[in-house]
Amino acid sequence: MTDVIVRIRGLAKSYRRGGQSVPVLEDLDLDIRSGDFLALMGPSGSGKSTLLNLIAGIDKPDRGTLEVEGVDITRLGESDLARWRASHVGFIFQFYNLLPVLTALENVELPLVLTSLGRRERRERAELALSMVGLSDRVKHYPSELSGGQQQRVAIARAIITDPTLLVADEPTGDLDRVSAGEILDLIGRLNSELGKTIIMVTHDQRAAERAHSIVNLEKGALVRAT
Amino acid sequence: MAIPISYSLRNLWARKLTTALTAGGMALVVFVFATVLMLEQGLRQTLVSTGAYDNALVIRRAAGTEVQSAVDRTQAAVLESRPEVALGPDGVPLVSKEVVVLISLGKKGSGKPSNVVIRGVGDAGLTLRPQVKIVEGRTFRPGSSEIIVGRSIEERFSGVALGERLRFGMREWTIVGLFDGGRSGFDSEIWGDADQMIQAFRRSMFSSVLVRLNDASAFDSFTAALTDDQRLTLEAKRETVFYAEQSETLARFIRILGLTLSIIFSIGAVIGAMITMYASVANRTAEIGTLRALGFRRGSILLAFLFESLLLGVIGGAIGVAGASTMQLITISTVNWQSFAELAFSFDLTPGIVFAAMTFAVGMGFLGGVLPAAQASRMAIVDALRAA
Repeated sequence: MTDVIVRIRGLAKSYRRGGQSVPVLEDLDLDIRSGDFLALMGPSGSGKSTLLNLIAGIDKPDRGTLEVEGVDITRLGESDLARWRASHVGFIFQFYNLLPVLTALENVELPLVLTSLGRRERRERAELALSMVGLSDRVKHYPSELSGGQQQRVAIARAIITDPTLLVADEPTGDLDRVSAGEILDLIGRLNSELGKTIIMVTHDQRAAERAHSIVNLEKGALVRAT
Repeated sequence: MAIPISYSLRNLWARKLTTALTAGGMALVVFVFATVLMLEQGLRQTLVSTGAYDNALVIRRAAGTEVQSAVDRTQAAVLESRPEVALGPDGVPLVSKEVVVLISLGKKGSGKPSNVVIRGVGDAGLTLRPQVKIVEGRTFRPGSSEIIVGRSIEERFSGVALGERLRFGMREWTIVGLFDGGRSGFDSEIWGDADQMIQAFRRSMFSSVLVRLNDASAFDSFTAALTDDQRLTLEAKRETVFYAEQSETLARFIRILGLTLSIIFSIGAVIGAMITMYASVANRTAEIGTLRALGFRRGSILLAFLFESLLLGVIGGAIGVAGASTMQLITISTVNWQSFAELAFSFDLTPGIVFAAMTFAVGMGFLGGVLPAAQASRMAIVDALRAA
């Protein structure tokens, strides 16, 4: 039995829209085990992205606790939370979110700028990460010179470079064709199976969700079925 | 931890046209700003270098300028005999009793008349002003109707070439030499023998007396003696101070006018920089969200955008100063409001002006960038990411 790495209790979040409070998540409990590959599914507006943002520490809940490795991140101040994100979370976005003015290598290296590593070691690690995603020959390319699938692989290299506790992916194949999407899902799957990364992935795509070990369905801010 | 500087640099490079236009706007303002300071500096430089520190210029008390002053022969003789006055190698006091008159001459090209200083100098006149050198011909002979002409006069006025004759003071004067005043105000003067000038202009008095002091520290006892002597209604000023005061009104006018213009223009440039930076923030909202998600703090975002804007200022400032430095090649002339005579001077770029201009440019960059940068740093991560 593996350890619980993310423990969510009584989590609630609402947004204000036109002076009214619209609940997105209500009293949600969820445990995620270390090394799990979890797919968050549900219709638009069900709160799956909000839940992912809360777990990744880029949004704050109204109520409830959210412990990652025993640390309740809802209690962290803004700059502690930034530091926590830098060392514990790797992000994979739907639109890759690479910085267009930086090369593939520099994009991958960026999170390491926040560490105490020297420039040379940062470069070496970034090159290693790029070789792990199969882009050793695209080190000096800018994002605009890469295909969508290649850009997403650079983004994955960036996400794993700090060896984070959690990898969060928001619709990682949402902007890709079938072939590229399949390759990206293979890569994410390998990060889980070979490197033991805990992955939380929001997706609409049933085929993507099938790669996951477990699927959590959200509907109107509540868990409807966990497998 | 700061976002790498290369990020800000490359973002400016990625938007070359916008960067060039914004920096160009700033460069124009810096150009105006630096040029005005250079003009003021050039004017001061010209008039201050006109004087020597151990020379004292004596004029009638409260006269202000040589043209308005009068010193009679008795008073001049008293001054000449003061013990503070240095003696030449021949034992004669180093004193030049001078007469200053304005005449009107036609400018080259336009033929428009302008005032020119005619200075009658004593025997020691050239000795007391070592910066003045004859560059062509020879100096005038005392007791003759010969004159020598300053370099700037020769360049800007017609009929004043070597060997030509000039008519003023009911006489014809022959130009026998050209002199270089070492970029001082003397360059804009015509010199002749003081006694001849007094006769020609039907004067009974000198305008001023220039004396060389034994040493620069003798100035205090010399002025004290002038104040104590009831016969002398005169005041002495160090020659350097006298000419610096001559430049004051015009220099201040140039400064105030120039700085007012610069400030008004700079508001335009700052707004330009602000629009550029706001657009830059708006275009990069998703990038800002990404950087924040990766763990960069608000402060880092603020600095990255502010740095970008400061860099725009530095680029603009450097172009502006480079442009302004070419103005050093140009000599301009204007009427000095204190002496009412034409004075030629050039733009003078000093390290102080470069520093002031660059500070001004960086200041514009800061003002243009601070609000957009603050806006960028205040965004909520989730909202910023949604802009992707």
